[in-house]
Amino acid sequence: MNVRLYVWQRLTAVLMLPLVLGHIAVIFYATRRGMTAADILSRTHGSIVWASYYGLFVAAASIHGAIGVRNVLAEWSPLDDRRAGVVAVVLGSALFVLGLRAVAAVVLW
Amino acid sequence: MTSQLSVSVWRGAKEGRYETYVVPQRQSQTVLDVVTFVQRNIDPTLSYRFACRVGVCGSCAMTVNGRPRWTCRSHVAKVARRGRLEIGPLENLPVIKDLTTDMQPFFEKWQQAKGTFAPSRTRYDDIAQIRPDSPARAAADAAIECINCGVCYAACDTVRWSSQYLGPAALTRAWTLANDERDAGNAARLQAVGAAGGCHACHSHQSCQEVCPQALNPTAAIAGLKRRTAAAYLKGEIKT
Repeated sequence: MNVRLYVWQRLTAVLMLPLVLGHIAVIFYATRRGMTAADILSRTHGSIVWASYYGLFVAAASIHGAIGVRNVLAEWSPLDDRRAGVVAVVLGSALFVLGLRAVAAVVLW
Repeated sequence: MTSQLSVSVWRGAKEGRYETYVVPQRQSQTVLDVVTFVQRNIDPTLSYRFACRVGVCGSCAMTVNGRPRWTCRSHVAKVARRGRLEIGPLENLPVIKDLTTDMQPFFEKWQQAKGTFAPSRTRYDDIAQIRPDSPARAAADAAIECINCGVCYAACDTVRWSSQYLGPAALTRAWTLANDERDAGNAARLQAVGAAGGCHACHSHQSCQEVCPQALNPTAAIAGLKRRTAAAYLKGEIKT
């Protein structure tokens, strides 16, 4: 890992820290109130705040996770740095697309 | 105390085997004394390396009962298990023969980490005034007592996983120079240690500081380099 990847991984970690805590708080809130899927979707639908919150979360997690997987592959698999980087970009892109799709599912429809 | 030691010593190069010798146990005996006894009394073809015998030169490091140690300062009474010793070459380095490793990769990485002093003054300038209690001077102590024995390098998991990783000793040396107010080579140094295989590859397992015979803490020095290079990168002073 070089300093660029290090900085990106640390910055996304710092970004995710409050987002993870907020996410857990939302889970507790929703389950303790016994909210149904319909209740939740009625609140998230069309919400720019929830779209931004989880859109940012998805972006940070995709970058953070991809860099971590790249390091694991570079150190533990026969892949060299370049090939590990290619796998990480594919994985990160997939996470990003799937994550945004999930966000769109609760915000747009 | 048993009167005899059962000593398994690595014989060969990359391929080889442990051969067992019986060595008389003596008071205040070091592991280096044991190896020397084998070479002088049992098998003169045994290859190993030493020079000062008093913990200064850093040339006698070997793997003793699975742990890298400076053998001249390792007492048999403290490291033998039930009268048994297993002595092998340092790990993470190519074995030349028996207990002798090729230290070239270790020292090449010192060069790669820009571990040489880059003077900022000429002989005609005044001597730099460095306050002994300044934070930079205190931080520069990190590698001053390093004897280049390679024990930290042999104990490092990251070196084992990645042959390009510069390793604890070279990076600690870089950290010392990064804090040397007289040094003018930090731009190139931070660039070198911030690249792939540099300080950011460290997992902070702290094996280096656990085994360092000089009680240095390379992990802390590497953490300092991580902070310093990250700040330099964010300021645009180094590129990747």
